[in-house]
Amino acid sequence: MDTISVHLDNFTGPLDLLLHLIRKNEVEITDIPIAEITAQYLAVIDAMQTLNLDVAGEFLLMAATLLHIKSRMLLPQIVEDGGEEEEEDDPRAELVRRLLEYQKYRDAAVRLDDLPQLNRDLYARSAPAPEVVEEGEGEFAAVGLYDLLQALQQLLKERPAPLVHEVSAEQLSVSDRINQILAALHGQQSLAFTELFTAQVSRHEVVVTFLAMLELVRLKLVRLLQSQRFGAIWLTPAVADAAGVDTGFDEEASGYV
Amino acid sequence: MSDLKPVVEALLFGADGPLRCERLAEVLEVERSVVIEALRALEADYAAQPRGIFLQEVAGGYQLRTRPEFADYLRRLGRTRPFRFSRPALETLAIVAYRQPITRAEIEYLRGVDSGSVLKTLLDKHLVRILGKKDVPGKPAIYGTTREFLELFGLADLAALPTLKEFSELAEGDDLDESAAVLPEVSVGD
Repeated sequence: MDTISVHLDNFTGPLDLLLHLIRKNEVEITDIPIAEITAQYLAVIDAMQTLNLDVAGEFLLMAATLLHIKSRMLLPQIVEDGGEEEEEDDPRAELVRRLLEYQKYRDAAVRLDDLPQLNRDLYARSAPAPEVVEEGEGEFAAVGLYDLLQALQQLLKERPAPLVHEVSAEQLSVSDRINQILAALHGQQSLAFTELFTAQVSRHEVVVTFLAMLELVRLKLVRLLQSQRFGAIWLTPAVADAAGVDTGFDEEASGYV
Repeated sequence: MSDLKPVVEALLFGADGPLRCERLAEVLEVERSVVIEALRALEADYAAQPRGIFLQEVAGGYQLRTRPEFADYLRRLGRTRPFRFSRPALETLAIVAYRQPITRAEIEYLRGVDSGSVLKTLLDKHLVRILGKKDVPGKPAIYGTTREFLELFGLADLAALPTLKEFSELAEGDDLDESAAVLPEVSVGD
């Protein structure tokens, strides 16, 4: 199932992932080929585990549900002992109902986001809740784990492991790299994720840089932001010094103010 | 009441949030209907002329807001990045908006995923609030949206939410119809 591994998106939950698989396979939601979808679903979960990602319990629960449905569908539906009133429902019915219900709200969420939003699309003279904008940009636009890992995998793919094992005494340490990143970020509004990994950097340095970046995020010194899903990842200083923030953008946009 | 229009405009400009017409009527010492008339006239004025602002009915009141087409410039002015909700946050917010009053367990059943932290974030941002306790064992909290939610999305009230789209793929699915036909209860007003 190597076709699946490319699809480690940031799914909001098992229902989201299932809807994605159903859509991708172009099958009717009311007539899900359960064996096929289950296999693909498990392949995605496998891929996540191969990456040592913690697969949330909900995803595993859904895997169990799918397997249960699959097994029920494999069983011959012979009802013995005059149980004809006990009409066998489609084992998929409950799942389909949940998927459709979820889809309804997933769609509603998209359309809610399409509404002109205060402090995003329109502004009032004095914003009633300015903190919505400031805080929101931190938590809400934060880069997801899968996007981040996808970016790391891409970087490592571009740098195959050297065939010869090389022993070197002096190698870049994570703390050195942290300081370098902080220095590069100093006075900057943001730094592109890719800028940290210039082409000549070795695999070792990629890993060190990645760890340094995660450490900075953990220490809340840096935030990782993304303006859209699968978009470019940006590092921004978490503690914005008033002078540094946005100056580049502002100059570009409007010159002297 | 054309003489009332400029003063209503001044009040709307000076207010730090949406103004209810009751409040305007109280301040101006006139009938509510007169205020509404002035508001309508003002609304029409803004719509008819090439202006940067317009009058929006929001969260039970009225507020002057900039036109969406100038959002880019305002972001430059305010030095803010375009703000985006995460998908989990939007999903949760949509479910609370359409299904309120709703418990956390009900939200999680609909989403198929733990929603505690997302819900907490929405509570922190005052977009969602606890309406009370549900009278079932465990007395779980029930959630609903706030006035700030209406202000953020420019909704006059909850009835102004976009109509939920029922998915038609389902119409062929015989016995599944009934579950999908259940419309959420949307209570108007806080």
